[in-house]
Amino acid sequence: MSEVLVVVEATREFGVKKVTLEMLTLARELGTPSAVVLGGPGAAEALSAKLGEYGAEKIYAAESEEIDGYLVAPKASVLAELVKRVQPAAVLLASAQEGKEIAARLAVRLDNGILTDVVGLAADGTATQVAFAGSAIVKSKVTKGLPLVTVRPNSVTPVPAAATPAVEQLSVSVTDTDKLARVVDRVAEQKGSRPELTEAGVVVSGGRGVGNADNFKLVEELADLLGGAVGASRAAVDSGFYPHQFQVGQTGKTVSPQLYVALGISGAIQHRAGMQTSKTIVAVNKDGEAPIFELADFGVVGDLFKVVPQAAEEIRKRK
Amino acid sequence: MNIVVLVKQVPDSGADRNLRSDDNTVDRGSANNVINEMDEYAIEEALKIKEAHGGEVTILTMGPDRATESIRKALSMGPDKAVHVVDDALHGSCAVATSKVLAAALGRLGADLVICGAESTDGRVQVMPHMIAERLGVAALTGARKLTVDGSTLTVERQTEEGYEVVAASTPAVVSVWDTINEPRYPSFKGIMAAKKKPVQTLALADLGVAPAEVGFDGATSVVLEHSKRPPRSGGAKVTDEGDGGVKLVEFLATEKFV
Repeated sequence: MSEVLVVVEATREFGVKKVTLEMLTLARELGTPSAVVLGGPGAAEALSAKLGEYGAEKIYAAESEEIDGYLVAPKASVLAELVKRVQPAAVLLASAQEGKEIAARLAVRLDNGILTDVVGLAADGTATQVAFAGSAIVKSKVTKGLPLVTVRPNSVTPVPAAATPAVEQLSVSVTDTDKLARVVDRVAEQKGSRPELTEAGVVVSGGRGVGNADNFKLVEELADLLGGAVGASRAAVDSGFYPHQFQVGQTGKTVSPQLYVALGISGAIQHRAGMQTSKTIVAVNKDGEAPIFELADFGVVGDLFKVVPQAAEEIRKRK
Repeated sequence: MNIVVLVKQVPDSGADRNLRSDDNTVDRGSANNVINEMDEYAIEEALKIKEAHGGEVTILTMGPDRATESIRKALSMGPDKAVHVVDDALHGSCAVATSKVLAAALGRLGADLVICGAESTDGRVQVMPHMIAERLGVAALTGARKLTVDGSTLTVERQTEEGYEVVAASTPAVVSVWDTINEPRYPSFKGIMAAKKKPVQTLALADLGVAPAEVGFDGATSVVLEHSKRPPRSGGAKVTDEGDGGVKLVEFLATEKFV
């Protein structure tokens, strides 16, 4: 079976991201998964055990200061060379900012089609995509070149399949054009031990109804009790209650968790666009006519400052 | 500084949106078409740079005839002129082909700085800035929440999952922006009137040296095979809090095995 390249998404703090394990799981249906680690010196070693656990038969490691020190283009260069050499059956990247950007450059370099926000991929290369904020399902196919797809987090359940990957170091040759956008600094912003928003199985979000930044503690408390991530509606972010990177909606993150809890969120289209493919939705809102209740599998019409503390207490009791 | 802002006309994301049943492209005919929201932030950023450093702001749009409405709307915010790439052969173009056309148009305009929204609300593909930069051989500073111009040096703050990156490049460059970067101005009455007289140049594929076979359905690198509406969600149980709303909520979560 031919190789399927999976471009690894990882963070310094948590290591291999869940979407990578999802991609390895998908890749096994299409061929033999090879993980591609593009990072600074030593990046692959910390990730190899986990990648093997989910079936990576091989790891291609491109490790260099140049990969880490410039935006995206050097990664696309390395990947383009690798694709030309191994002629994989498909290339999978995460459907997030960087994954899409690497894929964009790769598509132009190889004059190859690209499909983004893919939630399923059949052996013949037919991809399932979610379009228009989750209101349409599209089947599509790359017709020029190989299937180059970006996979949306929380699309498939990662299934382990132990393998012992052989690591192959790639030589990194980066052109001057690849080095036009220099990364001058990377600044970590406080986010604690909560799971990453787009990957979390549970997301608890607050909206305008939360009232102020301080009250978001209530949202955070419920998220922590459920082991979830915290999100916020655009209204809450625009009002300065919570930072923008946690915004869920049309102009923020798209999430698709097992459970989505909407607190004080009316459910404007802007917000629904980012969360309506969640498996189960519950909502607390004082306005019984709020559109969020049209989506919610369970809704409580009431004051979130009474309902949420009581729910938190009840969860603690049951633990 | 010579700045070009990419503006796309999209179906209003606040209304029902569809794909056409005949050729699986975005249904623009029946939609309320508007400027892609993120592009207004790109226009605002360009105008701020012009106000601080001088220069000219040009709108570049690829789209059908009716995109003229969005071009006039964009001009009413304050840009100087617009270029509209319009050609029947473009219908059905994929992202790869679109980037080829836009790069060809940008090559003619000779911009120091190209600013665009981070993504459009219709496709949300988010690939255009890097595709264009790749074709032009210039820097791409994408996902900016802050942009600083110092002579020919551009510095952006780019939001990441873990925090943010500070990324720098020299012009010429492509910068894409999120809606956190500024607050777009509303067009004034004077701006709206002035926009009617601003020059809008139309360019066809032949003007750009791009062959019809390279774009549209013929030149597409991917195809939509079929599409369907996702069944709408239906609301489930809704209870009014009578002092036990929190407990009832947790009882529901327990039946679904979340607690």
